[in-house]
Amino acid sequence: MPRKFLLISPQLDTRTGLYDSRGPVAACYFDVDGTLVSTNLVHPTLYYLVNQGTPVQSALRLGKALIQAPRMAVAELLDRRTFNELLFSAYAGMSEDRLEVLGEDVFKEIMLPSLYPSAKALVAQSLAAGHDVVFVSGALECVIRHLAKLLGATEVIANRLEMKEGIATGKMLRPVVAGPEKARIIRDHARAKGYDLDECFAFSDSYSDVPMLSVVGHPAAVNPDRRLALMARAYSWPSFDLRQPI
Amino acid sequence: MDHPSLVTLDSDSAPRVVFAGDRLVEVDLPPGTRCIYPKPPLAGIKDPDAAIRYAINHPHGSDPLHAKLRPGMRVTIAVDDISVPLPPMRRPDVRERVLTIVLQMLADHGVDDVEIVIALGIHRRLKAHEIRHIVGDKIFDAYYPERLYNHDAEDKANIKHVGHSDHGEVLNLNRRAAESDLLIYVNLNFVAMNGGHKSVAVGLCDYESLRHHHNPGTIRASDSYMDPAGSKLAHDISRLGKVAHKALDIFTIETTVNNRMFDKNLDFLMKNEDDLNGKERLLSKALVAATAKLPQPARQAIFDKFPAPYELTGVFAGSAEAVHQKAIQRCFDQYLVPISGQADVLVTPIPFISPYNVHAFLNPLLVQVLAQGYLFNMYRGAPLVKKGGTLILLHPCTDKFDHEQHAPYVDFFHQLLPETRDAMELMHRYERKFASNPAHLQMFRNGHAYHPAHPFFMWYWGENGRQHLGRVIVVGADNEYIPKMMGWETAVSMEDALYRAKGGQARSLDITLLHVPAIVMGDMTPPGAPKSSSGGGAS
Repeated sequence: MPRKFLLISPQLDTRTGLYDSRGPVAACYFDVDGTLVSTNLVHPTLYYLVNQGTPVQSALRLGKALIQAPRMAVAELLDRRTFNELLFSAYAGMSEDRLEVLGEDVFKEIMLPSLYPSAKALVAQSLAAGHDVVFVSGALECVIRHLAKLLGATEVIANRLEMKEGIATGKMLRPVVAGPEKARIIRDHARAKGYDLDECFAFSDSYSDVPMLSVVGHPAAVNPDRRLALMARAYSWPSFDLRQPI
Repeated sequence: MDHPSLVTLDSDSAPRVVFAGDRLVEVDLPPGTRCIYPKPPLAGIKDPDAAIRYAINHPHGSDPLHAKLRPGMRVTIAVDDISVPLPPMRRPDVRERVLTIVLQMLADHGVDDVEIVIALGIHRRLKAHEIRHIVGDKIFDAYYPERLYNHDAEDKANIKHVGHSDHGEVLNLNRRAAESDLLIYVNLNFVAMNGGHKSVAVGLCDYESLRHHHNPGTIRASDSYMDPAGSKLAHDISRLGKVAHKALDIFTIETTVNNRMFDKNLDFLMKNEDDLNGKERLLSKALVAATAKLPQPARQAIFDKFPAPYELTGVFAGSAEAVHQKAIQRCFDQYLVPISGQADVLVTPIPFISPYNVHAFLNPLLVQVLAQGYLFNMYRGAPLVKKGGTLILLHPCTDKFDHEQHAPYVDFFHQLLPETRDAMELMHRYERKFASNPAHLQMFRNGHAYHPAHPFFMWYWGENGRQHLGRVIVVGADNEYIPKMMGWETAVSMEDALYRAKGGQARSLDITLLHVPAIVMGDMTPPGAPKSSSGGGAS
């Protein structure tokens, strides 16, 4: 696939005789799990499951999740969206309040210790370049929101659970943020915000996010898996590792 | 009578054996062609450690180092990075020798708050093994990584505003260096544009401070940037260097090495091909044949494998300006070959290495830096080629970039150059924005990539060559589009290139071959000036 990397010709400032090099406003779209933090979608879910009101409730929920495990393993290989749907079905029956409270705990206990040493610097550099920073994550919005606040992200696009009378149904609200859908979400988001996609950046660790990386002008592989590393090399995408401190 | 390093070819001359990237090739040049060979290496100092001790105890324009020391003081030592010398020198590196003596002196005077900073400017971070190569095992093991590390020009928290020049130029420097009681700079003056005020004002600064002089206008006005007296680049940097010296206590140690780039078995590569003995001729033929057949990684491995046996030829300590004059003179002693009469055509082989691709492939942008930048600027007095003349270079110009070191170069080369080759337009339109690219900045800070502004500077580096030359013709290119992107023509052979250089006219051409490497500079008598038989720098 050809690299989309067209730089907009900036406007000439007639007062200074210089070109306005800032160009249009752009965004940096970040995948989160594996990119900025070492956790994946399973870690917070397990935290939720083992922190139910009583040990019996926790055991029952864990048991149900274990029964689903083989299906999830297959789905993980075949279709990211199906995997997400199966995983989040484990939340069925949890109250919204409980999800909110535990969301902060998950962030503090699971996500924060898993933040890669150089993640903060990358987000800071993106903001310093004048870009909006948007987290696009398959994880739950009530968890990612805290990370966004910590790192100064402008916006969060993450999965949300369907609620009925304050109780999670186990289904996800549309659009489900996963795999190729991320690309469409980013396109729509950029259009709504007036960003030029050729000016936007996207960062991810996973080959499953190639669609998301491919819609922006500046894709970058972050702690890439083997297949993404190969692709980044083939297309000369920037590739780096946030697991080491600067 | 011509200098011994100037050879004029006749009809019986052997083909010249020169580098075309990491291949050695034979080139036939017409009778009458002048070849400028590197001078024989100056004799190395027999006892380098004694010379270093003498220098720091008998400085120029400064108190001796020991007189500046007191217990409990804070000292930072800045060291030139691996971009000099080329290729990296055999251990012990000169810098290791200097550091060993300086650190011992600091310890003897009760100075234990010492940190060593690799003065990268916006070059790539050195890897641990590269730092070890420069400073040696003992210092590396004692100081790395807490007290021996790479300068980070993008670490805003550790960059300090030091002052302004009288032209309003900003100087921001490494905070640790700026807040030390004493800054010691350990330099290796490989070519005449190294050292002096450039050491601190460039090696320890940030991108904003660089922009004042790393721009096309400055390079256009530099005649040449290998001659500090005629270099606007050197003058502009000096203004900021003076700001640094006013604000900080700086003790400079500059060193020079000879041009012994090749070990004894390969030193014939610096000789007149007509003077080779039988064994050298055989070896030369074998190398030409071998490098033609071997795959590129194998060729690169061969040249990476053998560090150069450079020897120390000078060590000078004290204040930057006083020291630098002496280091420059020693450089000129080694490199300058007096010559009169500018050529119509300058032929420059392009070797496999530049300051910016140690342990990496010489990508097309760096070929341009060598051709229109460094090699074009290897003169004092006047360019080796007439205004509007032709530069013929030998290189395959392969479309290949190191993915780690030169990641931002790829975008610059393939996305921006097709838009424009105008250095001014590139600077005004794209440089600042490109320099803030978060992905490339992350690769610069977290990995081992050059700063995203660096490819711009590399293009500007060729600016005075671009303005002076009428045309550039590449011989041996493995493609046509890369030379075309740089505004160059291609020719299938030297004969074809020379035919094109004539422009279809039946005229003879004055041709000069700059027989690099090793480094050699032409001390050109400016047009109209009386012809000099000795030049200014021959020793």
